[in-house]
Amino acid sequence: MKSIGAASVAAMTLAVALSGPARADDLTLCWAAWDPANALVELSKDFEAQSGNTMHFEFVPWPNFADRMLNELNSGGKLCDLMIGDSQWIGGAAENGHYVKLNDFFDAEGIKMDDFIDATVVGYSEWPKNTPNYWALPAFGDVVGWTYRKDWFERPELQAAFKEKYGRALEAPKTFAELKDIGEFFQNREIDGKTVYGASIYTERGSEGITMGAMDVLYSFGFQYQNPEKPYDMEGFVNSPGAVAGLEYYKALYDCCTPPGSSNGYMSEGIDAFKSGQVAMQMNFAFTWPGFENDAMVGNGKTGYFVNPAGPDGAQFAQLGGQGISVVSYSSKKDAALAYIKWFAQPEVQAKWWKMGGYSCLKSVTLDPSFPSSQPYAQTFLDSMAIVKDFWAEPSYATLLQDTQRRFHDYVIAGNGTAQDALDGLVHDWTETFEDDGKL
Amino acid sequence: MTDKTTDRTPAAARLGREITTPLGRGIKGLSDRAVAWIFIAPTIFLLLAVNIFPLIWTIRLSLTNYRANRTNAEVDWVGLRNYERILTDPDIWNSMQATAHFLVWTLSLQVLIGFSLAYLINKKFKGNDLWTTIIVLPMMLSPAVVGNFWTFLYQPQIGLFNYVVGFLSGVDPSSFSMIGDVALAPWAIVIVDTWMWTPFVMLICLAGLRSIPDSIYEAAECDRASAWRQFWTITLPMALPFLMLAVLFRGIENFKMFDLVVQLTGGGPGSVTELTSINLKREAFEKWRTGYASAYGVILFVTVFGLASIYVKALNKVKER
Repeated sequence: MKSIGAASVAAMTLAVALSGPARADDLTLCWAAWDPANALVELSKDFEAQSGNTMHFEFVPWPNFADRMLNELNSGGKLCDLMIGDSQWIGGAAENGHYVKLNDFFDAEGIKMDDFIDATVVGYSEWPKNTPNYWALPAFGDVVGWTYRKDWFERPELQAAFKEKYGRALEAPKTFAELKDIGEFFQNREIDGKTVYGASIYTERGSEGITMGAMDVLYSFGFQYQNPEKPYDMEGFVNSPGAVAGLEYYKALYDCCTPPGSSNGYMSEGIDAFKSGQVAMQMNFAFTWPGFENDAMVGNGKTGYFVNPAGPDGAQFAQLGGQGISVVSYSSKKDAALAYIKWFAQPEVQAKWWKMGGYSCLKSVTLDPSFPSSQPYAQTFLDSMAIVKDFWAEPSYATLLQDTQRRFHDYVIAGNGTAQDALDGLVHDWTETFEDDGKL
Repeated sequence: MTDKTTDRTPAAARLGREITTPLGRGIKGLSDRAVAWIFIAPTIFLLLAVNIFPLIWTIRLSLTNYRANRTNAEVDWVGLRNYERILTDPDIWNSMQATAHFLVWTLSLQVLIGFSLAYLINKKFKGNDLWTTIIVLPMMLSPAVVGNFWTFLYQPQIGLFNYVVGFLSGVDPSSFSMIGDVALAPWAIVIVDTWMWTPFVMLICLAGLRSIPDSIYEAAECDRASAWRQFWTITLPMALPFLMLAVLFRGIENFKMFDLVVQLTGGGPGSVTELTSINLKREAFEKWRTGYASAYGVILFVTVFGLASIYVKALNKVKER
């Protein structure tokens, strides 16, 4: 009996010793190199203090982000334990086994997807879309919206000149037709002794720029990716008369109202153009907005924000940005990575995330009564997130995206062919890709 | 027994004896041929592993629909379908045309300017060495850096290039965009590549010019040959192999031009500066159509290899003359 008791004590001692404080892990989180990533580094210090784990970060500039990280995932690399990957990657990452499926983890930890903004759950977490299969936790909500020089719009002489020319007040546009009028009004205008221009829009050729910009307009003109009744049936939807009109509008906006030399600009070029006082309006993702509030040139109330305007028939949509956070299936530290996601999903962490400049997707944060007045752009962000649409998230999204980039740039910037040619060509390219995938 | 301390044979004689002894006899049981194979085997192995195996593997992949981003997907044998699609794709032919335009103009300008500079530098004058150093500076820079800073020089509102053109021609500098205009962008990349690589052609031409013996010119002087005749009958023919070598080097380099153009235009506007290397990279590592991109790579390899072989034969004939 005595020997049994001694053995029991020894076993318990060993068990306690083994189950003592969890072993500290070095976790690597991979994301794009931009302002929100810097905020996340600060936020993650709380996780390090609580868990004992050490966080490392691998941030890649946006133009190379997809190339670098998709290479990493496709090669089964172990660099990243956690990946904040772009929304369009979700299909490929799920089907190719790059991400860990999170349903069981969410159930076990009581994390409910209903607690997050619906559009972000569909956009960042689900594959197949609109099914309860979750591969990521919505991490950073983002959407394409517009900023404008509120201080210029409020100048009496400009208001008077605008009213005389267009018969209405100079204010944030509600339709794309109004936006073009304002762009034309400011184009080549002298303000404070400097020539300014109408608007900065996305025109970048290499990665995804012009697609994000043009789609932001096309949705509200009637563009649809496919027949809602028949998946992958694109004829008459991608190249519908509305879509053609939308692409013609985007080209007209580029021709009439952008600064000279704007043939290859994306997020950073837009920020530069706006901060340097070159343009009156700027198309850009919402993540850029906190940076304007603190800027010496355009901060302190000089910048206003507006939701992507409505199309000719009143339809109003905006291009979704943003990302979800996933656990990489090749990681050898999945438990610690899941612990990070569990920590990150907590309402108090999400509230702090918003305060630090991260766009939380948690409803308890965004639906809080104080949220709309918490920042000058908060209401615009909320309104924009309510009307989002996203690009294909198919495993072949990269092929679909590159074909779109080429077709749109060829027409909008190079002026080759017509909008109808560009969209007909796009239907042809996309059809070929889906045929190769065996989906058609 | 003779040890080294007591051997009185001169060292040179000993060394001669060792050298004349066949190497294989020193390694028991191995013939000279076997020893030779042992020495060259690592090189051959590396060549096979790094060059030949990837080439064979690429040819194999080019006959499939393999995608490197979907390793779990079934790989189907598609025969020559990838080749057929590439050769009938008008976008690929546009890309080939853009590459041909880039090649023809960069080579022509670099040969013309490079040879002229070499001809001038070859004349002895004060500050000759300093000018040579200044001229070769651009080729010492990284293509990515050159591409980046030329985007600023080409900037319509603040760019020095536009300012100079505006100053000289009276045109408003902000009224044209070298890298945003369909008509100007192909010339924008030609200008930058010419600026950067003309010094390389100049150096090779200079080597050619300096290899011509002065005695030939002296003989021509005795025969009262004019400077023009000396140039056409002595200078140019004798420097021609060097000139052709420079064209070969630059031709191969520019056929695979990537970094400079990506930094400058990203292949745009539209696809007017999308050279084959950029197009191939998009197919392989952005669209992940690995099988298709492999076929594309094989076609480009055959094209370059074929053209280079013909050219090298022509070069050898010129050298034999």
